[in-house]
Amino acid sequence: MIELSNITRHFQVGDQEVRALDGVDLHIPAGDYVSVMGPSGSGKSTLLNMLGLLDRPTGGTYLLEGRDVTTLDEHEQAQTRRERIGFVFQAFHLVPYLTAKENIELPLVLGGVAPEERQKRVATALEELGISNRGDHRPEELSGGQRQRVAIARATVTHPAILLADEPTGNLDRRSTADVMERLERLWRGGLTLIVVTHDPEIGNRARRCVRMVDGRIESDEPGRAPE
Amino acid sequence: MAQRDFIRLVFASISSHRLRSGLTALGIAIGIAAVVLLTSLGAGLREFVLAEFSQFGTRIIGINPGRTMTHGTPVGLFGSSRPITIEDALALETVPGVESVMTYSGGNAEVEGPDRSRRTMVHGVGSAMPEVFKMAVQSGSFLPPEDPRTARSFAVLGSKLRRELFPDGSALGARVRVGGERYRVIGVLEPKGEMLGLDLDDGIFIPTARAQALFNRDGLMEIDIIYGEKTAVVEVVKNVKRAMIARHGQEDFTLTTQEQMIDVMGNILNVLTFAVGALGGISLLVGAVGVLTIMTIAVGERASEIGLFRALGASQRQILALFLAEATVLASVGGVAGLALGSGGAALLHALVPAVPVDTPWSYAVLALVVAGGVGILAGILPARRAARLDPVEALRAE
Ligand SMILES: Nc1ncnc2c1ncn2[C@@H]1O[C@H](COP(=O)(O)OP(=O)(O)O)[C@@H](O)[C@H]1O
Ligand SMILES: [Mg+2]
Repeated sequence: MIELSNITRHFQVGDQEVRALDGVDLHIPAGDYVSVMGPSGSGKSTLLNMLGLLDRPTGGTYLLEGRDVTTLDEHEQAQTRRERIGFVFQAFHLVPYLTAKENIELPLVLGGVAPEERQKRVATALEELGISNRGDHRPEELSGGQRQRVAIARATVTHPAILLADEPTGNLDRRSTADVMERLERLWRGGLTLIVVTHDPEIGNRARRCVRMVDGRIESDEPGRAPE
Repeated sequence: MAQRDFIRLVFASISSHRLRSGLTALGIAIGIAAVVLLTSLGAGLREFVLAEFSQFGTRIIGINPGRTMTHGTPVGLFGSSRPITIEDALALETVPGVESVMTYSGGNAEVEGPDRSRRTMVHGVGSAMPEVFKMAVQSGSFLPPEDPRTARSFAVLGSKLRRELFPDGSALGARVRVGGERYRVIGVLEPKGEMLGLDLDDGIFIPTARAQALFNRDGLMEIDIIYGEKTAVVEVVKNVKRAMIARHGQEDFTLTTQEQMIDVMGNILNVLTFAVGALGGISLLVGAVGVLTIMTIAVGERASEIGLFRALGASQRQILALFLAEATVLASVGGVAGLALGSGGAALLHALVPAVPVDTPWSYAVLALVVAGGVGILAGILPARRAARLDPVEALRAE
């Protein structure tokens, strides 16, 4: 499903070249559950943004579902993001002036999905994440855990193939962390390819596969505990 | 994205930033209000002045001594122009197309009644004056048609002068002195009101020849001609000009048609209206800069929201459209508010000070709205493009 070969991403900072990704080879089959760990600044987020087509590599090739996506134009990339990829962020990134429902609906709205279909999908997503009674609340009225659940619902309402989560529990307390991870893993069991960036080994080790990054390179790639 | 959803999203965003949206719209509203108010005053003034002019009727041609160089044609030697005379006026009466001819010469003089006197305008006119200037006689009669060179010492009073000189009695048949000479009052005019600050009711009307003698003048100040309703102005002008040149040997006079005058006046006042409108346009420009500034700030503040939209699959074009629509909606809302404010203000001004003529030209108002929308698009395009071009990764990192 995901095939990265010799991916590099360089940033020019002043006259210094920062190699955020420095030759990454990675193969992730459909339905895998991968955690990406490593020290701060090792390139985890850059890798995730690359996978999500928010960023373009400086070099190398990226095949997504067999298609070279680095050569797609901006419009095609946006469409691929909309249809195949879901994002969950550490900072939730809910739109403050939209209700939970409207936030979840947003990618469907952007994609031009008809209202009746949207209604159905949003209701299902709300139910799956156990926040049906919070649909009409605005983000500011929700707890951190609830906000992240709304964000997960929003990321999956389009039925994407891949869910990319960058430190999804970074802003959450223990209880919410456990809850959010369980939700994500339940979605993975449903067939979603799940990739989670984290610096928390306890979370990282839950994955089926643990990728460790250092200085823009993959240092190790080992099986994790893997949840049932 | 469906159009309905697009609109809903734009309005959700606008109404979520109430203060900012309000201020943005206000900038445009003030600009539009200024344009509408100022052009209302300008157009009001135009209407007013034109009405003042046309109260005399429009089939008048004026002849004045001297040649004004309107077409850059060189005139004869300086000072070679001859005065226009009562004889000229008599000759013009037979010119084809001419209906009636009136001579005019006037000035200021002391008018003495039986117990009061007053310094006022003395109009030396011909018997055709009521017809030419559309003035009516209230009592008695106007100056009789007789040979203007030997006209008798009759006088007709304006209504206000009548009140001043004869506060409690009829003036008909009474004797007044104008510049020391005795006149018999044979009529009083109906009130006509002011014309461009000149109070026509405060004056006395005597035969032209007598006024010329009084003020010691050779020539007339003006000859006014009324031409027939079915006659073409250009025809009459041509005929009158030919007749006058035949008498004077050269074109040492100026013809002005009332039509021309109203045209010229109208043009001047149009320019004036446009100029004050442009002045209001400056505040509209300030409003536009306001939209530009606030939208630019908004793009900065909402960077992470923009990044999120991109992550959720919004294309650059969608982001551009959203921000552009926001600016346009804000400007248009401001435009509508400004239109209400401006025309309301104009109406209020007129209600409070009725002397101030106002007329809200709806064509300008519609134009103002279109301009407001256009300003929104123009002022919104730069920030919207900035929003669309934000690097989504950077944008998501912004807090
Ligand atoms: N836009 C950028 N400009 C310059 N340097 C950047 C930029 N984005 C990331 N970097 C650098 O790339 C490296 C990897 O960053 P990142 O992927 O965010 O690390 P992580 O998520 O593992 O903490 C860091 O050294 C960071 O400073
Ligand atoms: Mg990171």
